[in-house]
Amino acid sequence: MMRLPRFRYHAPATLGEAAAILQGEGSQAMVVAGGTDLYPNMKRRHQTPKTLIGLRKIDALRGVKGSPARGLWIGPATILTDLEESALVREHYPGLYEAIHSISTPILRNMGTIGGNICLDTRCNYYNQNYEWRRAINFCMKCDGDTCWVAPGSDVCLAVSSSDTAPILCAFGARIQLVSKKGTRTIEAKDLYRRDGIDYLTKRSDEILAGITLPPAARWRSSYRKLRRREAFDFPVLGVAACVRFDGEIVAEARLWLGAVSMAPVEAAEAQAALVGRRLTEETIEEAARLAYPLAKPVDNTDFGLRWRKEMTRHFVREALLEVGPPGSPSGRGN
Amino acid sequence: MAVGSDGRGLRVVGKPVRKVDGLSKCAGVTLFADDIVLPRMLFCKLHRAPVPHARIVRVDISKAARMPGVMAVLTGKDLPIPFGILPVSQDEHALCLDKVRFVGDPVAAVAAVDEDTAFDAMNAIEVEYEPLDAMMSIEEAIRKPSPRIHEYGDEGNIHKKIALEFGDVERGFHDADQVFEDTFYYEGSTHLPMEQHAAVAAVDPDGKLTVWSSTQTPHYVHRALAKVLNMPPARIRVIACPNGGGFGGKSDPFNHEIVVAKLSLLIGRPVKVTLTREEVFYCHRGRHPVLMQIKTGVTRDGAIKAMHFKSYLDGGGYGSYGVASTYYTGALQTVTYPVENYKFDGLRCFTNKPPCGPKRGHGTPQPRFALEVHLDKIAERLGIDPAALRLGHLVPPQSLTANYLRVGSMGLAKCIDAVVEGSGWKQKFRHLPSGKGIGLACSSYICGAGLPIYWNNMPHTGVQLKLDRGGGVAVFCGEIDIGQGSDTVLAQVVAEVLGIDPYDIRIVFGDTDLTPVDLGSYSSRVTLMMGNAAIQAAERARELLATAVSEKLGIPAERVGFGGGQVFDVEGPERALSFADAVVAAEARFGTIGTVGSYTPPPSAARYKGSGVGPSPAYSYSAAVVELDVDPRTGWVRVDRVHLAHDVGRCINPVLVVGQVEGSVYMGLGEALMEEQVFRANRGGVHRQPSLLEYKSPTTMEMPDVVTYIIEDPDPNGPFGAKEVGQGPLLPIAPAVVNAVYDAVGVRIDEVPVTPEKILKALDSPAKRFGPKGVPEVRWPDPIRVPTPWEGGTGRAAADRRPAEARR
Ligand SMILES: Cc1cc2nc3c(=O)[nH]c(=O)nc-3n(C[C@H](O)[C@H](O)[C@H](O)COP(=O)(O)OP(=O)(O)OC[C@H]3O[C@@H](n4cnc5c(N)ncnc54)[C@H](O)[C@@H]3O)c2cc1C
Ligand code: SF4
Repeated sequence: MMRLPRFRYHAPATLGEAAAILQGEGSQAMVVAGGTDLYPNMKRRHQTPKTLIGLRKIDALRGVKGSPARGLWIGPATILTDLEESALVREHYPGLYEAIHSISTPILRNMGTIGGNICLDTRCNYYNQNYEWRRAINFCMKCDGDTCWVAPGSDVCLAVSSSDTAPILCAFGARIQLVSKKGTRTIEAKDLYRRDGIDYLTKRSDEILAGITLPPAARWRSSYRKLRRREAFDFPVLGVAACVRFDGEIVAEARLWLGAVSMAPVEAAEAQAALVGRRLTEETIEEAARLAYPLAKPVDNTDFGLRWRKEMTRHFVREALLEVGPPGSPSGRGN
Repeated sequence: MAVGSDGRGLRVVGKPVRKVDGLSKCAGVTLFADDIVLPRMLFCKLHRAPVPHARIVRVDISKAARMPGVMAVLTGKDLPIPFGILPVSQDEHALCLDKVRFVGDPVAAVAAVDEDTAFDAMNAIEVEYEPLDAMMSIEEAIRKPSPRIHEYGDEGNIHKKIALEFGDVERGFHDADQVFEDTFYYEGSTHLPMEQHAAVAAVDPDGKLTVWSSTQTPHYVHRALAKVLNMPPARIRVIACPNGGGFGGKSDPFNHEIVVAKLSLLIGRPVKVTLTREEVFYCHRGRHPVLMQIKTGVTRDGAIKAMHFKSYLDGGGYGSYGVASTYYTGALQTVTYPVENYKFDGLRCFTNKPPCGPKRGHGTPQPRFALEVHLDKIAERLGIDPAALRLGHLVPPQSLTANYLRVGSMGLAKCIDAVVEGSGWKQKFRHLPSGKGIGLACSSYICGAGLPIYWNNMPHTGVQLKLDRGGGVAVFCGEIDIGQGSDTVLAQVVAEVLGIDPYDIRIVFGDTDLTPVDLGSYSSRVTLMMGNAAIQAAERARELLATAVSEKLGIPAERVGFGGGQVFDVEGPERALSFADAVVAAEARFGTIGTVGSYTPPPSAARYKGSGVGPSPAYSYSAAVVELDVDPRTGWVRVDRVHLAHDVGRCINPVLVVGQVEGSVYMGLGEALMEEQVFRANRGGVHRQPSLLEYKSPTTMEMPDVVTYIIEDPDPNGPFGAKEVGQGPLLPIAPAVVNAVYDAVGVRIDEVPVTPEKILKALDSPAKRFGPKGVPEVRWPDPIRVPTPWEGGTGRAAADRRPAEARR
């Protein structure tokens, strides 16, 4: 059996207490929510924190508040199942619902939280292996080694941002509240991520994710399409998040984000621009797909071959936008 | 027993009896090997090689040995005697002696007071290696004879080369109207049982050793332990725990079983090992990757005049069952459609990967895939419906094939009819809209091997019965239930003969001290062989009871009937004794009531060298129709429905039969669509994805509807006519998928798994095909030439061996 390394476990009841412990213990400490990402990683010795700070007892970090008109506040320690079952999320932020619903399995979603999903470690076939396997390749840059085996010339780690909610939260323009002993700051979801497989978050190690806010849902329609081998368990090898705000029939604002094709979610800016001011038709969708897919630069560190994954980006962007559809088209695509 | 061919008169056999071990498993009461916890038990970890091929220069265990809590550290020198499942391949060491042969080969072992200490100690062992060139593919192993992975074998890195010819294929090709040739590749895959291998060893104060293990073959583990530990077998007891899935992956004696036994003997405390999932990928013994070429000469109406089949197996680092696997890639081509002249060339390479061996279907899914896709292509070229082509040319029942396999009952025609009818084949084939496809394939499998693995003329299985005065019956048999339901089959068979409730029977299984030898749960042998032995034992008990009861009731013994827990006068069933009273009467008359039964397969008609593989007491038959969708823009395949008809001879328990069919379909789809045991040749030969998450195997979400048609064509050699169902239904799945993909989008994927990428590549290619381009150049030996039965052959090889070259 693979065993967890030894660690001390704290279960504070308040956010302030958690922040204080985190500050006190320094970089030796980590927070844990559902543990569905962190514990397997610890078993493989990717992270070996001396101290874990559990968030389960902090009520203030759980729940969904607000309304579609004002926007939502989501507690980061809310389990994915609760969000999946929230009518507010499902009806007004369907893209987020789809992303959450696509994460792993119902059992994992009963444990895993949205905060943990947002902070999910980046993934790579050379990294998500146990200690003995990694020793056989002499480890890699992300953990215990020097070389990147995916691209031996590279001086950054190309491990993949594999969170399903990251691209859709970026597309919604969600804001993330970060709390530490030093204070609180709020940043755009897209500014949380960095194109570096090792240092993939701009969050400092003493900061705790304390809230996620979604802007008002009015007139936004959204969708999320995920490519993976199997319809359960699997992480995305591509995620396409689309949010479109309409003015009548005309696209007033479009946000298109690609997940799992790089170390961070990627904004398809040209494709977005190409949609604005036009109707959402087969032609405009096709053009957006054509403009978006070159941004996907998959490397050989996930499931499936890279050429095919890139090719699929075009297809999935098309599908995501078709699913958003023009206003009035049938579906629970939002408002 | 008097049972009609339709099964009338049977009371327990044929009924959906709940598994006798079902409730225990559902309630979590069944003790699997890893559930065993003994006082003062230690934990073992194996230190495994991080390099694919290297000489061991130095093993430094000093740091590990000094760690507090570490009780012993072993290296290869402590267990120098080699072992292996086949007598011809005694090429494994419990811990590598002088070299390592794949990433994951165990080099040293530790026993410590807890798993954490064992883990740290395992990582404190230092090994210095002198790297050797690694062979990572079939082509490489053939091209590079040195460095040799093993010092034995046919040549260089070729473990085994086989050439057999039945009749005269050149003449057959000459007589044929058309000759077709295709090349196929079948990727390797692993068993993926839910239960990871585990073993516990304990020593008695008087030096007797007991080993509990999740093994499919306790008898072979017993032999290997005696050999390597150099101990009398009488001092060793092997207890097979119920397996949480085996599929052939627990059929070899394993290094970890020997290591815990040795550690326990050394330390005098119980020692346990539970493998991690990654280590299970290293145990492997799974599906061999096989490259194949098939050339077939046919008449205009599709009769096969000649077939030349070549197979190239990637064996991995050790022999395992590999020699048998290699023969199996050439053995069963002949038992479905008559092949007038047949030639087989097969070779197995050693490569620096975990050893391949017997995964469900052992060596036959690969050639069956090649043959059934090849036939689909031939049918199209001849303008014959693929179902009609097959129905027009079936091996007759009770006949001998070109390679002297004796076919008994043969229900393939009924199987094909069932799936053709059930799927609406005639309306759908080549008539569905683009993107929708339907494909058909057939197959056959053995019901146990005719010969044992090591030469002997003892029975292959034995069953002992002990009847209790209270009416209970204890049944002792060395069989082991790997989830397939053998305990239930055993209970049903005995219950049927003695006319009692199967739940009044206690099964004592898989224990070399307590139960008679059964060779193990492999090669689909258990129902047929154990079933026959059980009938024999039960009939002997029945005879004793009938005699005693006839005296009591004053009627002739022939008039004594058994059923419903009663022993009665068939001419006046009200004159009866309860079964318990009948046992009392018999015990009073004869003393303690215990009987035995055993089974040895009938002698084979095949007498040539290499004829040990293929002969079986009976052959099961299957036909499958797969319906699926292919998205031509993405290459994505979605299987909608699988129709599977299986000739099981006699269905002993329909729930178990359907379960085996569905499980086989599931496993077959995994191999057809996604599973790959593959390695990074350019990164030190590591396994690409040794985890349950990244080794892709279908989930319930990918599982289509399966429609099972149970066909019963009783075989004279089967218990109540029963044949196997554990492996056969897997075989037609991959070819039926590939044939359906062709029907859907017009491309031939001559290679499994069929991934979306391969479909898109084929759609983009001028030949509308994806698959291997050819086979490597190999000098085959002169074939052993065996005249066919219709040439007046006797099953022996002809005296002359015509040189292979001169005949070109
Ligand atoms: C088999 C399997 C399949 C999976 N499939 C998917 C999938 O398809 N898609 C997907 O997106 N994910 C998948 N996951 C990953 C994981 O289950 C989810 O991402 C889950 O949401 C993680 O949440 P958690 O609460 O369990 O995180 P944890 O494991 O508790 O934490 C993950 C990381 O986030 C940090 N963290 C957690 N909460 C906070 C916080 N409030 N503030 C600061 N840091 C925090 C932790 O320190 C840790 O670094 C899968 C995991 C497994 C084991
Ligand atoms: S991308 Fe390179 S450095 Fe990063 S985890 Fe993979 S192999 Fe290691």
